[in-house]
Amino acid sequence: MEKVVTATPEIALSTRGLSKQFGSLAVTQDVTIDLPKGVRYALIGPNGAGKTTLINLITGMLKPDGGSILLGADDVTSLEPQQRVTRGLARTFQINTLFPSLNPLEAVTLAVAERRREAGEFWTSLSSHAESIEEAYGILARLKLGEVCYQPTRQLPYGRQRLLEIALALATRPKVLLLDEPAAGVPQEESGDIFEAVANLSNDLTLLFIEHDMHVVFRFASHIIVLVGGAIFTQGSPAEISADPRVREVYLGTRQHG
Amino acid sequence: MADVPLTPRAYLQAQSRWTPVEIAFWLATLLPFWLLPDYLSLASQVAITALFALSLDILLGYAGVVSLGHAAFFGIGAYTAGLFSKFVWGAPLPGLLVAAIVSAASGFVVSLIVARFRHFTLIMLTLGIGLLMQEIANRAHWLTGGSDGLQGISINKVLGAFNFDLYGYTAYGYSLAVLFILFLCARRIVHSPFGLALRGIRENWTRMPAIGAPSRAHVRMAFTIAAAMAGIAGALLTQTTQSAALESISFGRSADVLVMLVLGGAGRLYGGLIGAAIFMVARDQFSGIAPQYWYFWIGLLLIGVVMFLPNGILGGLSALAARWRKS
Repeated sequence: MEKVVTATPEIALSTRGLSKQFGSLAVTQDVTIDLPKGVRYALIGPNGAGKTTLINLITGMLKPDGGSILLGADDVTSLEPQQRVTRGLARTFQINTLFPSLNPLEAVTLAVAERRREAGEFWTSLSSHAESIEEAYGILARLKLGEVCYQPTRQLPYGRQRLLEIALALATRPKVLLLDEPAAGVPQEESGDIFEAVANLSNDLTLLFIEHDMHVVFRFASHIIVLVGGAIFTQGSPAEISADPRVREVYLGTRQHG
Repeated sequence: MADVPLTPRAYLQAQSRWTPVEIAFWLATLLPFWLLPDYLSLASQVAITALFALSLDILLGYAGVVSLGHAAFFGIGAYTAGLFSKFVWGAPLPGLLVAAIVSAASGFVVSLIVARFRHFTLIMLTLGIGLLMQEIANRAHWLTGGSDGLQGISINKVLGAFNFDLYGYTAYGYSLAVLFILFLCARRIVHSPFGLALRGIRENWTRMPAIGAPSRAHVRMAFTIAAAMAGIAGALLTQTTQSAALESISFGRSADVLVMLVLGGAGRLYGGLIGAAIFMVARDQFSGIAPQYWYFWIGLLLIGVVMFLPNGILGGLSALAARWRKS
């Protein structure tokens, strides 16, 4: 609650002049952002603005043509995706990217075991790793997945699968979490549950999320970055963004009549 | 028991518990000693092939890594065991150990390349490496005997006590014991955290880096383990038949073991064993009727299984058992 406003906030994640071309199409243009520790930033923009591409660049699933990515004070631009995860940068996917035949307990236990560097052990029995299993179950219980944790992922209702996306990311104990449309495809009445789960995440966690529903964005974001044509169009507080006539024009225009 | 909610740990423990069917299966492997004493040589071949199929199951069934050149490691093990007995020592167990080390090392070297690729590229790479090894074995006549086979293999008694007899008592007992011990290892591996990671790789290669997993390192390890097991199977064949031929490293053997695993059902440990038994017995029976055309029946069986039993014969059986238990 009481934040020291005078001190420069500690930056959890930043990009410096990030750019990426697909052929002649510039999908990311000179993107420089700073995420102070513990904030909840929303990344918005019309379809094709390059929001997911930006997440792919930050997490290393795409290699940038120029610019750099810093996690805390460390330049991680040349690191492999899994090395960035090990250093505390996790993501979820817009389209479910889960382990269909594993159940949630197995999937999250795997993620915990990877973080604890136990997943290379082929000589120990999985059930002997009590701490990892307990931790995994704890994460699942927090996201209300405890009672379905023995069901194969592919049999879970879609909304539960979206929560499992978040559970897998949390199992890596991220400092920075990038959520790519966490409630994508979920009926509006259920999307509240997902953002509820997001809101209950620890206050130390730095969040950047992509979301199309403006009500959700204004409710959960402390700061909004507007991306248009791969470049930062503007950014500011929810009040500033909703009052900005240019943002209304490029993005909010048709949706914010009411 | 199903009504009591299990704790997560108890649930995972239950996943790796021995079932009565498993115990019955292993007891049944002893039956040929009494019921089929005339077929012990065949039974020994089945056990060796089952071990080879089990090694591929770790790669294909668990990690989802398809290999069309797995006989390369079987052959390396076969020739290593033969050469070791010829030039160094005829004792079988040290021969197995040396064959395991040499094939594991070869598997690791190959894995440095193949772990970088997936799908079609991976299949073609393993096929290419398999063909390469076959031709190297063929050309290196001075070492392997080429198409004449390796001459001068002589294997001592197992543990200094059991001579390899004409009827195959020792051959089957020895092969079965080695198969069982390595099966216990494989069982441990698939129920370990590493085994879970391999299933993660099979289920979603894209997600693995996003949970911080070094997938390539996992695949390299799986490849090395599978190569070691395949090499031991090859060494067993050399030792029990006192011969090593080009056939052991051929593309045909790579293709056959893939067929066996798919027939039996990949990713369930016993699939390879069942598939190997069906394949070897069918070959023995059909080739007695029409030696040239027995692949026709295997082809027919393969088509039937992949069309109607996508999880193999064992997958079909367990689905049937599950339905029966419900009703």
